[in-house]
Amino acid sequence: MERKFFGYRRENGRVGVRNHVVLLPLDDLSNAACEAVANNVKGTLALPHAYGRLQFGEDLDLYFRTVIGMGSNPNVAAVVVIGIEPLWTQKIVDGIASTGKPVSGFAIEKNGDLATICNASRRAKEYMHWATEQQRTECDVKELWVSTKCGESDTTSGLATNPTVGNAYDKLWEAGATLLFGETTELTGGEHLVAARCATNEVRKKFQFFFDRYAKVVDDHKTDDLTDSQPTKGNIEGGLTTIEEKALGNIQKIGRKAPVVGCLDKAESPTGPGLWFMDSSSAAAEMVTLCAAAGFVVHLFPTGQGNVIGNPILPVVKLCSNPRTLRTMSEHFDVDVSGILRREINLDQAGDKLIDMMIRTCNGRRTSAEVLGHREFIITRLYESA
Amino acid sequence: MSIDFLVHEAADGVGVVVVEGLTAGHECTGWVMQEDKTVHITLRNDIPIGHKVALKDFAAGDTVFKYNTDIGKVVAPIKKGEHLHVHNVKTKRW
Repeated sequence: MERKFFGYRRENGRVGVRNHVVLLPLDDLSNAACEAVANNVKGTLALPHAYGRLQFGEDLDLYFRTVIGMGSNPNVAAVVVIGIEPLWTQKIVDGIASTGKPVSGFAIEKNGDLATICNASRRAKEYMHWATEQQRTECDVKELWVSTKCGESDTTSGLATNPTVGNAYDKLWEAGATLLFGETTELTGGEHLVAARCATNEVRKKFQFFFDRYAKVVDDHKTDDLTDSQPTKGNIEGGLTTIEEKALGNIQKIGRKAPVVGCLDKAESPTGPGLWFMDSSSAAAEMVTLCAAAGFVVHLFPTGQGNVIGNPILPVVKLCSNPRTLRTMSEHFDVDVSGILRREINLDQAGDKLIDMMIRTCNGRRTSAEVLGHREFIITRLYESA
Repeated sequence: MSIDFLVHEAADGVGVVVVEGLTAGHECTGWVMQEDKTVHITLRNDIPIGHKVALKDFAAGDTVFKYNTDIGKVVAPIKKGEHLHVHNVKTKRW
């Protein structure tokens, strides 16, 4: 397996594989200014989102963890934060500044959009010149943080595509990488298998706490059952019948070798290498955003029926084995592992093929989702605003 | 020999069709991945790619195993070779 790649070594020692200068809105009201700056300063990336006003309690904590995490991700070189008022804008700036990267905040109140856009554009321009002189240096796979989530799964996901990720995860774990999986509700029916993989009783107790907490959310809010939404209509069209069947396919992604060394709350960062579980929604854009916010720099995304998701800062490497999907929407996939279903290649070869594309992506190759402009930045909410 | 359907493990009661256009009466060849064995079955229904074929007869109330693990309960009788999906199998979980 190729262990070397060329990445960006950041001020805090973490390694990124992209070099974005990000325009980060504190709140929904500041999206327009961020998008105006992105238009003024070519090559920058605005991250508009829908929230940040009148959130409170744990939901507010998760919001700050998500937005600060996005700015702190090693795929981001520098950040300009724009907010409606200065105090929470500064809170985001301070959070990102702890990584050591260049970051500045601008507030709209007492300035208006136009002066704010002017000042922020000048700073963003300086950051662009600086960031584009940063050089890629040789890094080792053990420095990579790799996440996975599957979407629009079908039975081919469980047969071939997810086991391919599992095979790659086994190899990346042996190489010392930091690995993540989540999708709490989509473990239903296979949660005992994840529990059995937990490294210690404490990790197992924490996993069970997160699993039971999410199961209670489903139980509290369901009106009949979830069979119209989990499995999704796409899952059912693809041949998946029950949540148990979907979950057992899902779990193939974590491979067979790595113990689960720890369990994280949403958008929390791991504290060491190995395989981590993060409590998360199973909705693709929410989960991948949480991975980006937790600091993961490359994402492996198997799909059956053809989920087209991307993320603005986290490259999503998409793989598929369903021959109909590969034929009808080929532009969305980076790796074709349909040969497994025809018995032409084995899982070991498929895993190598995926790792090869992951390394190429880390070296700078843009993924299908990046080239097609998929930038889904979706903040997970726990409950309504005040 | 070309493969029409895959089975995760020999203990499973279902196989997954992995080619397009299979119709009732077709004599199919399946590959049992875990044990690396070949099996044969004749379809009683048209079954789309990705959908499951019953490898044995099931009665209402039976449990369906895939990955050698419980994936749900049978709610209407299913004959060997028939299409097994949401019309005759339901989750036990919610």
